[in-house]
Amino acid sequence: MAEPQSPPPRTDSSPWNWLLLVPIVVPLLTFLFNHDQPRLAGFPLFYWLQFAFILLGVGTTTLVYRMTTKRSRP
Amino acid sequence: MSGHVTEIVVFSVLFLLVSGMGFVAARWRAPRDMAHLDEWGLGGRSFGGWITWFLVGGDLYTAYTFVAVPALIFGAGAAGFFAVPYTVVIYPLFFLILIRLWSVSHRHGFVTPADFVRTRYDSPTLALLIAVTGIVATMPYIALQLVGIEAVLKTMGVTGDSAIARHLPIIIAFAILAAYTYQSGLRAPALIAFVKDTLIYLVIIVAVLYLPYKLGGWGAIFEAADKKFQASPAPGDGIILNANNQVQYFTLALGSALALFLYPHSITGVLASRNRDVIKRNMSALPAYSFLLGLIALLGYMAIAAGVKPLPGAKAGSVDSNTVVPLLFDLHFPAWLAGVAFAAIGIGALVPAAIMSIAAANLFTRNIYKEYLKRDASPAQEANVAKITSLVVKIGAVAFIVFLDPQFSIDLQLIGGVIILQTAPSVILGLYTRWLHRGALIAGWAGGMILAFWMLWQIPNAATGREHFGGSAFSLAEFGLDTPKTIYVGFVAVLANLVVAVLVTFLLRALRTPEGADGTTPDDYFADEGDPRIGRETSTTVGTVSST
Repeated sequence: MAEPQSPPPRTDSSPWNWLLLVPIVVPLLTFLFNHDQPRLAGFPLFYWLQFAFILLGVGTTTLVYRMTTKRSRP
Repeated sequence: MSGHVTEIVVFSVLFLLVSGMGFVAARWRAPRDMAHLDEWGLGGRSFGGWITWFLVGGDLYTAYTFVAVPALIFGAGAAGFFAVPYTVVIYPLFFLILIRLWSVSHRHGFVTPADFVRTRYDSPTLALLIAVTGIVATMPYIALQLVGIEAVLKTMGVTGDSAIARHLPIIIAFAILAAYTYQSGLRAPALIAFVKDTLIYLVIIVAVLYLPYKLGGWGAIFEAADKKFQASPAPGDGIILNANNQVQYFTLALGSALALFLYPHSITGVLASRNRDVIKRNMSALPAYSFLLGLIALLGYMAIAAGVKPLPGAKAGSVDSNTVVPLLFDLHFPAWLAGVAFAAIGIGALVPAAIMSIAAANLFTRNIYKEYLKRDASPAQEANVAKITSLVVKIGAVAFIVFLDPQFSIDLQLIGGVIILQTAPSVILGLYTRWLHRGALIAGWAGGMILAFWMLWQIPNAATGREHFGGSAFSLAEFGLDTPKTIYVGFVAVLANLVVAVLVTFLLRALRTPEGADGTTPDDYFADEGDPRIGRETSTTVGTVSST
């Protein structure tokens, strides 16, 4: 192999990345949200909970981004 | 047509404004030398956070999505809401996986996913399959953007008797689009996306505040939808899912997310960004569009509550359900606002159509022209071939719509989503491991394709009275299982693809078939802005890379 350019091999693995499984798996679990009641402002649960999953996705990716960039970028 | 003059004027003015921007875009962030595929086809790989947000948002959430998803909700109810989980699931996947593709592409100067496969597996054949799959899947998607514009034109009463007269407005629109994409490349849709998305956000915010107020509140809207589905004889509709379509719902959401990921146009949008940080930050910001999409989907229910009757379709007796949202705007918005909404949909078609044609052109240029026709093509020749290919692709898309039943494009797009998924083992798994043998990946691709076409062939559509290619929900009873449940075809096909790839890998290892040299190093998958580019000669010529 050629001489390495940056001595320690780079990696972006971090235990925080596992957290990203949450917004990948939860929105696919239909039994969680396939209900009409309780309603929120007229919206059946099916709709408002899936809208809430968007916020779950945003929250998780933001958190993982914050926690994984601090260390690699001083 | 007379009742729509204001709408048509507003629509035309905004459309012309955007066309002007498309031509000016060539000078926006102008490079020293435009005659290079990195510049024409990837905007110089220099886009920052905001531009990427608008570009990728405008790219993934197409005009067709904005028209077809509410149409689906209008017709079938909850099953159409899969678009929301689909666009939630996709961003963590991008965050984890696509970032590696960005890095390795940055390091090696890859422009397409097939470029990556070529170097990773040392197999021009596999790269060719990936490229052809990408082009075939993208073509009908471009044609469908025209269906979005047509739904708007139809609502405004812009129609004609002959096929040519009826299609004249979209032929003109696409000619303008083709001209500025030719000149400005990826910079044109990037600049236009700002206008398009501002208009769309504006229209939808007004719509979701104003329309429920006019229609008696969200409760009344859902009641009206519920009543319609209770009365209809179709078994699969309703405002929530039933016992039989839940598997379909989540497999379709996951499958569509993986497919979108692999579509050449989404990869083009992502590769154009400046560094890893821009992509990662965007994965937190892009779901704003998912929120918008969810609200747009619910316009389908508002159309039910407002008593919208879709306009007749191309064939006698059929209805064009894609017109429900334009009609809703037409009936309940003041004319000028309806004009703005229609312009948003029309311009919304141009951004993804431009990016898709660029992506298809990049694939042809890098993986067919340079690989098989002219190996020593200079960067300027590459850029030139890509520009011409983008023209050909757009002419092809218009011909699809003008000369064939639009339903044909819809069917092809459905098939496109399924076949693009068959590139997942090579592209997605390839970013992590080279364990699968290149020959096995080809076998898996073929197996997945055959199964996918067989399954799609088996699916009838009761609503349109067709026996084949009637949708993507495959009845598990066809496999001999005693259940009325359905599942997404692409999901099954890609699983079969993987199984074949694994089995054939064992076989080829046992036979000691050559594996080829991996042109990438583990470090490449983490490269970032500022890391030196490996020369093109090194990355594409076999033999200069030492074996690892």
